[in-house]
Amino acid sequence: MIRLEQVSKVYKTSTRPALENVSVEVDKGEFVFLIGPSGSGKSTFLRLLLREEVPSKGRVYVANFDVARMARRRVPRLRQSIGCVFQDFRLLANKTVAENVAFALEVIGKPRHTIRKVVPEVLELVGLEGKAERMPHELSGGEQQRVAIARAFVNRPLMLLADEPTGNLDPDTSQDIMLLLERINRTGTTVLMATHDHSIVDSMRRRVVELDLGRVVRDDARGVYGVGR
Amino acid sequence: MRASFVFSEVVTGLRRNITMTIAMIITTAISLALLGGGLLVVRMIDKTKTLYQDKVEVSVYLTNDVSSSDNGCVNDPCRTLHSALRADPAVEDVDFENREQAYERFKRIFEAQPELVKLARPEALPASFRVKLKDPDRPEVITQTYGGRAGVDTIADQSEFLDRFFNALNGFRNITFAVALFMAIAALLLISNTVQLSAFTRRTEVGIMRLVGATRWYTQLPFLLEAMVTGLIGALLAIGLLVLAKLSFLDDVLADPISAGVVRSVEGLDILLVSPWLLLVALGVSATTGYVTLRLYVRT
Ligand SMILES: Nc1ncnc2c1ncn2[C@@H]1O[C@H](COP(=O)(O)OP(=O)(O)OP(=O)(O)O)[C@@H](O)[C@H]1O
Ligand SMILES: [Mg+2]
Repeated sequence: MIRLEQVSKVYKTSTRPALENVSVEVDKGEFVFLIGPSGSGKSTFLRLLLREEVPSKGRVYVANFDVARMARRRVPRLRQSIGCVFQDFRLLANKTVAENVAFALEVIGKPRHTIRKVVPEVLELVGLEGKAERMPHELSGGEQQRVAIARAFVNRPLMLLADEPTGNLDPDTSQDIMLLLERINRTGTTVLMATHDHSIVDSMRRRVVELDLGRVVRDDARGVYGVGR
Repeated sequence: MRASFVFSEVVTGLRRNITMTIAMIITTAISLALLGGGLLVVRMIDKTKTLYQDKVEVSVYLTNDVSSSDNGCVNDPCRTLHSALRADPAVEDVDFENREQAYERFKRIFEAQPELVKLARPEALPASFRVKLKDPDRPEVITQTYGGRAGVDTIADQSEFLDRFFNALNGFRNITFAVALFMAIAALLLISNTVQLSAFTRRTEVGIMRLVGATRWYTQLPFLLEAMVTGLIGALLAIGLLVLAKLSFLDDVLADPISAGVVRSVEGLDILLVSPWLLLVALGVSATTGYVTLRLYVRT
C-alpha cells in the first residue's frame, strides 16, 4: 500500500535533511503511528505520500502510483485515493458541516445525487447526525475534527493520513477521535497517524515508526511511545 | 465538471472583491470603448474615402479675362483648352462651367447663409473646367500639364485638402488607440491583481481542493471565469458607451458635415460590427491575463 525506498528529502532552504535514507513499508489495512520529536520529519513523510513534496532521493510508492515520478496531471487521482486530516481541522468557515463534507466531492466532480446520499451516511458514521446544518464555529474542537474526518473519508479513500489530529484536543476528546479512526481502520482503510501523544500510542498498542532527525530509529509492530528512554 | 459549483464559486468570488471587481470593470469598459471608438473612426475613414473616391475633381479656373468674355467657351484660349482636356487620356470627363453657372452653384451651396450669397457677385466667380480623372489618385498630371497655359488662372486640386482631412482623422484614430492601449495596460494589471487577490482570499478553499484531488480545471476555472466575466461585463458596458456616445452627441456634432456630404455618419450597424471584436478582445485578454497570473503566482 505504501512503500518508501531509501528516501531522502532536503528542503531547498535548509542544509540538514528532513528525511534521510528512510525505508518503510505499510500494508493495506494497517494502523501505523509515526512518532518522534518536533522537526524529526513526520509531516515531511506524510507530504511525500501526497506529493506535496518530491523526495530528493529514493522512491515513493502509494497504491499503484510511483509518486515521485508520476506526471503532474495524474496527481489528483493519487490524492483522491488518500484522505487527510490535520491538527487545525481546515474547515471552510462559511459553509455548514454538510457543505464542508460535500465540498470534497463537488470539487472532484461527483454527481449531485451521489453527494446527497453519501454525505448523511458519513456524518452518521462520525457521529454528527443532527449537526449537518451547523456552522464550524458552532461546534466544539472535537466535533470540528469529526467533520474533517468525515470530509477525508467521504470518498472512501484507500488510506487516511492524519497529522497530529488530536494536537488541539483534550484527552477525552482525543480518545473519541481515536475510536473513530479505529472504526475507519476496521473498514479496511489504512491509517497513518503522526502524533506526539504518548498516552494514545501507549493505549492503542499499534505499529509504531519512530523518526529522529529524519531517520527511522524504531519500527515496532505493537509499540509504545517511550521505549528506551 | 459541475457547472453549478463553478458558477457559484465565480459569483462568490466577484462579490467578495466587489471594489476590485468594479474598478476592473470600469477600466476594462473605458479601454474597450476607446478601442471601439478607434475602430469606428477607421470605419468612418474608409466609408468617407469611398464617398470621395468618385467625386474627386480637379478644377481648372480660368482667368478673369476669359471668365467675363467667353460665356460659351467658343473662343480661344478656352476652346483649345476644352478640346485638349477632352482629348487627354488621363481625363474621364470634363465640364465647362461659366460664371453664371458658378454663381448658381454657389447660391445652392450656401443656401443656408443668405448674407453670404448677398455679398457675392457673379463677377467675382471665375469660370472653370471641372475635370473628372480616370485615376482619382493622380490629380497632379492636370496641374503639371495645364498649369500656366494661356487662359488658366489656377488649378485647384481637392486631393490636397482631402489628404489633410484624412491625416487629421488618422491622427485622431491613432491618439484614440494610444489612450486605449494605456487603459488596456491598466486593465491588464488590475485583472492580474484581482486574480491574485482572489486566489489569496480563497487559499483555504484551493488548499482543500488540491488536497482532495481536484483537477487544475476545478481549482483554476473559477478564477479564469471571474476574470472573463468582468471582461465580458466591461465589453458590454463599452458597447453601451459607444451607443450612448452616438445617440447623445456624435450625431449632433456631425450632423452638419454629414448632411453636407463631408463625412459619413457612424451608424448603428457600425457599432454592431465593431462589438464582436470588443467582446472577443475582452474575453481573450482577460482569459490570457488570468491564466498567466495563475501560472506565475498561484501554486497548483
Ligand atoms: N517547507 C519547508 N522548507 C524548509 N524546511 C522545512 C520545510 N518543512 C519542514 N522543514 C524542515 O524539515 C524538518 C522536518 O520538518 P517536519 O515538519 O517534517 O517535522 P515534524 O516532525 O512534522 O515536526 P512537528 O512535530 O513539529 O510537526 C524540520 O527541520 C523543518 O524545519
Ligand atoms: Mg509536523
